[in-house]
Amino acid sequence: MNNLSPGSMPFIRQYKNAADALSHAGLDWLDALRDQGIKRFEALGLPTPALEDWKYTRLRPLEDTEFQKNSGDAAVDKGMVVPSLFAADKTHPKIVFENGRLCLEQSSLDHLPDGLMVRPTLDVLKDDPDWLEKRMGSIVGESGRAMQALNAALLDGGYVIAVSANVHIDQPIEIVFLRGGLDHPVHSNPRNFIDMGLGSSATVISHHRGLGVGAYFANAVTEINVADGARLNHYRVQDESKDATHLLSVHVDIGRDATYESFGLSVGGRLSRTEVHARLLGRGGHTAINGAYLMRGDEHCDNTTVIDHFAPDTTSREVFKGVLDDQSRAVFQGRIVVHKDAQRINGHQLSKALLLSDAAEMDAKPELEIYADDVKCSHGATTGQLDETELFYLRSRGIPEAQARNMLIRSFLAEAVQEIKDQDIQDAMIERVMHWLPAQCFQAEEWAKP
Amino acid sequence: MLEIKNLHANVDGKEILKGIDLTINKGEMHAIMGPNGSGKSTLSYLIAGRDGYEITQGEILFNGKDLVALSPEDRAGEGVFLAFQYPVEIPGVTNTTFLKEALNSIRRYRGLDELDAMQFVKMLREKTKELGVADDMLKRAVNVGFSGGEKKRNEILQMAVLEPSLSVLDETDSGLDIDALKVVANGVNALRSKDNATLMITHYQRLLDYIVPDFVHVLAHGKIRKSGGKELALELEQSGYAEFDVAS
Repeated sequence: MNNLSPGSMPFIRQYKNAADALSHAGLDWLDALRDQGIKRFEALGLPTPALEDWKYTRLRPLEDTEFQKNSGDAAVDKGMVVPSLFAADKTHPKIVFENGRLCLEQSSLDHLPDGLMVRPTLDVLKDDPDWLEKRMGSIVGESGRAMQALNAALLDGGYVIAVSANVHIDQPIEIVFLRGGLDHPVHSNPRNFIDMGLGSSATVISHHRGLGVGAYFANAVTEINVADGARLNHYRVQDESKDATHLLSVHVDIGRDATYESFGLSVGGRLSRTEVHARLLGRGGHTAINGAYLMRGDEHCDNTTVIDHFAPDTTSREVFKGVLDDQSRAVFQGRIVVHKDAQRINGHQLSKALLLSDAAEMDAKPELEIYADDVKCSHGATTGQLDETELFYLRSRGIPEAQARNMLIRSFLAEAVQEIKDQDIQDAMIERVMHWLPAQCFQAEEWAKP
Repeated sequence: MLEIKNLHANVDGKEILKGIDLTINKGEMHAIMGPNGSGKSTLSYLIAGRDGYEITQGEILFNGKDLVALSPEDRAGEGVFLAFQYPVEIPGVTNTTFLKEALNSIRRYRGLDELDAMQFVKMLREKTKELGVADDMLKRAVNVGFSGGEKKRNEILQMAVLEPSLSVLDETDSGLDIDALKVVANGVNALRSKDNATLMITHYQRLLDYIVPDFVHVLAHGKIRKSGGKELALELEQSGYAEFDVAS
């Protein structure tokens, strides 16, 4: 135990000392999974930069601060207007959590269309545990990863979305996570599930917002199955406080002729890392994993993707673009593995970062592992600064320097944001970008449409 | 309107301009011609205010104001416009947005009310009609995927919208076929008035067949070596720049 990396012990202690509601649920399979989780975590400890996967991201906030389980304190009152990516009058399915606690009053779960289930994980565990027994861990698998194991052990929330076969959900489904705002550092370990039935389609947006001050640590795992012929558009907005540490690990299985498209926008958080592990398991499957990030101050943003092409005739695409100011830091690790017998594969990966300050840092690590012979894979990674000629061009037209810089930042991010097929969501993402920019100088709606 | 007096300028410690004197009055059309490397583009960048040039002697006055002390955006506000030899592409920003930002920035500088979306679109429609620019060009991202001719036409459209009092056209003819050149020249001629002035910078006489200058200056080795009327351009076509080849 002495070899455990710094910061690991409090989590282990908390698991062992504090029995919770789940330990009295009487579900043997769950007890076994949680037990296995803590044992694995005990063996591995918190990841450190000594691990190849974590070379550029050190979990310093977890070493410095002891985070506690949230005992049920509420940081927001019932009357609070919950932020949404959409206009307040939009009546789309919505589920809201505050520091892991379900806010039923602010959620909008009545009148869901037929064939759609949106529920808190803990509720499903209570009244339909068999549904979860079949799925929990089925996609994450025995990955041997410490944080996923810790998530299983400390599981305390999350959501379940299931779309029945051949059902198409037109309205976006929004999941809002509000965190922080408490006078003591809290952690949460949500486990989320998205189950897309054969030939179904849906758009899911997870929206993470920090509530001003108050340190918190979220360690989330999302397991997604996109069955044959189904399509999931999965978008994420991360707009968290300066005290936020957020680790998210998305594991997705993609079936035959199925599509998983994701876009993540990060505009804040002391330390965030999003891992997407996508497995293309059936012929004709496609995945697009895209993202944009804007960091300043001491913020650190890590995007790590692993795409496994197991089946022939599968395609993948990744476009990540980021803007780094002050002494912020970003990491992009993109691994594409083409397995034996997976022929006629097309993979494209691009990572570009714009540094606005000399002290900002970008680390990019593309990795291709190819065991088949009929494969087209390309990757590119660049890091640069604002172009002086472009800046001069705009200024020579009368546009003041600060505004011209904003315009070029917006222009730089366009390549990634335009990967989003849905125009409303593209516009909403751009609006978040505009809020990040220093001294907002133009109206977001004018930027719509490429 | 524009007075350049004994202007000396360095780039990376090397003297490029070695004492330029040039006066341009309202309503005048000037052409500066010269061989490659004579300092033509340096002069246009110095007027517009690009970084990276060091003025060692002399001054540039615009309506009596010291232009050198102003930022590029403030010079635009004062009425200076530079049509680029290689217009810049701005992905993800539509031409309409860009033009509106530019015009309203300039109006703010001049203490005028900004145009709202309706007023702006109405004005823009009139300008595009006048210049024969397709509406489609307004919806596209600034210069992205534009042909060489479209890029130059877009520069002229910006000029029409911003209504500068002094336009500097830097090698506007480069990379254009004859049809595109005519379209661009027609635009420049249409915008010509007794209240504004134009300075064309070109290597070739060709452009001057379509935009007829009042004055022609030959720039070589950092100095204006000869000035005259439009006939000087024709002379140069016959004799080339050989006679200005020796630095003095």
